[in-house]
Amino acid sequence: MSLDIDIDIATCDLLVVGAGPAGLAAATEAAALGLSTVLIDEQPAPGGQIYRAISSTPVQNRAILGEDYWHGQSLLEPFANSGARHLSAATVWSINAREPQPGTAGDGQPAGFEVAYSVARPGQDPQAALLHCRHLILATGAQERPFPIPGWTLPGVITAGAAQILLKTSGVVPEGRTVLAGGGPLLYLLAYQYLNAGVKLEAILETTDSGQWRKALPHVWGFLRSPYLAKGLKLLRAVRKAVPIVSGVTALEAIASAGGQVAALRFQAAGQRHSMAIDQLLLHQGVVPNTNLSRAIGAEHVWNERQDCWEPQVDAWGATSMPHVSIAGDGAGIAGAVAAEHRGRIAAVHAAAALGRIDIATRDGKAAPHHAALARATRGREFFEVLYRPLPQFRRPVGDTIVCRCEEATAEQVRHAARIGCQGPNQLKAFLRCGMGPCQGRLCGLTVTELIADEQQRHPRDVGYYRLRFPTKPVTLGEIASLPQTQASRDAVVRFKK
Amino acid sequence: MFRRIDAAVLQATDRKVRVTVDGTALECREGDSVAAALFAAGVLACRDTAVSGAARGPYCMMGICYDCLVRIDGRPNQQACMARVHDGMTVERQHGAREVAA
Repeated sequence: MSLDIDIDIATCDLLVVGAGPAGLAAATEAAALGLSTVLIDEQPAPGGQIYRAISSTPVQNRAILGEDYWHGQSLLEPFANSGARHLSAATVWSINAREPQPGTAGDGQPAGFEVAYSVARPGQDPQAALLHCRHLILATGAQERPFPIPGWTLPGVITAGAAQILLKTSGVVPEGRTVLAGGGPLLYLLAYQYLNAGVKLEAILETTDSGQWRKALPHVWGFLRSPYLAKGLKLLRAVRKAVPIVSGVTALEAIASAGGQVAALRFQAAGQRHSMAIDQLLLHQGVVPNTNLSRAIGAEHVWNERQDCWEPQVDAWGATSMPHVSIAGDGAGIAGAVAAEHRGRIAAVHAAAALGRIDIATRDGKAAPHHAALARATRGREFFEVLYRPLPQFRRPVGDTIVCRCEEATAEQVRHAARIGCQGPNQLKAFLRCGMGPCQGRLCGLTVTELIADEQQRHPRDVGYYRLRFPTKPVTLGEIASLPQTQASRDAVVRFKK
Repeated sequence: MFRRIDAAVLQATDRKVRVTVDGTALECREGDSVAAALFAAGVLACRDTAVSGAARGPYCMMGICYDCLVRIDGRPNQQACMARVHDGMTVERQHGAREVAA
């Protein structure tokens, strides 16, 4: 077979996927170490979700989004001047190890990866392209944990993260009767930013168990020395002063109007049933690593007991079980934005060493300050994790509550399948099509693992997760057809030539 | 309902982008995602699901939930939260599954 490479494929030493704090820091650091580096990201401008729209937000009053948000600006200029290339509005949908080519230089060495991605341009069909790299840093960050309550699919129910993205990108805020429900730092941060922006909130419904304080206490020493303490307390005080807070909320339900949009809430608190009319509901119960790419590429994942989620198995350098695939930032386990920056830099110096550009002593020297800063940035997180651990009833729904939003499979359908012998998430696809819609399990995967574990009295670790495959985001046949073709690949399928 | 804060209102008037949503003209801000423009215009639901026909709207705003699928300039199954508005864009509510083009 001929190897006539007559097509134009960009090549680089390092591809970084995701332009949040981890990706920006990794790409900047790697380029400074002399690696030819490409940073690819779905959004039109860098920042990721935490610093979303940092270079374009209409919310220019810095007090509204707060200094922690504006810190993101400090990453932009070093990246822009780093020499790393930025591929924006580009979605990676396939990564494959390349076969080593016999007889070429580097024979016997890992041949790197072939990455397929699509670029969306306004008013045009997305165009697919290929890129070759020798090392990968996945910096795909976090997503909000699914929050499967009755009515969570209704228009007008969005996540707190989504509401924050509306604020950052477009200065769009809720008006009318708005309720925040759930738990976790982001919920209170959003409430604080809304207060600063003059947005009125009806109530915050806390769904975390008030008894969690006692369980969190053993971790309080770390928290007392944590950089979050002063900021967090100031923020909580301001929110508690301005917004009615209902603690110990259970049995939360969103109710639809005749028009099919959210119109009311029902919940229990302190043994009483409550209901209230609302215009929108913002849900949040923490964030979990976004593992679709790391899973599809074949890296090992482990169940995090304290955070009730999967995370890729990585070492102190962010290296996964796959050679030349590293993960930096929240995608490797939730640790926050400041930690992500340091994890990005650590992964970058590791990549330079793995590609033979620097020796181990240089790697260790360059990484030392970032390892130290990482330890400081993550101090006290256990306290949060235990305090805001979502209650089982909000992770393991029952009855008609939708679990798989794409295929509209309910909790009882999943539980029934588990009771009659469904072996796990992958067989569940055959039972219910759960996880086979366009979101590819992102919004149901964790719930499905936990429901099967619940019904079969197994550990989530043993139940496992969906086997994810490329393409990790839906692509059209047109996009695939727009990929560059070699003459050999054309000859393989074209039978009649004009 | 959602609204724009004052600074964003100013930008929307300064750098106006005009789109139509199900035939209704809508002025939005350059740089808005289609989903943000829909929220600002009071549109919460943008499609009916392929399975049950239930109304859905944007949920995650970061490209992972696929609940904000709309027709944009005649192309079905576009993520409203990932697409930027541009002048003259037509956005239509998506009813059920996409159809194979004739």
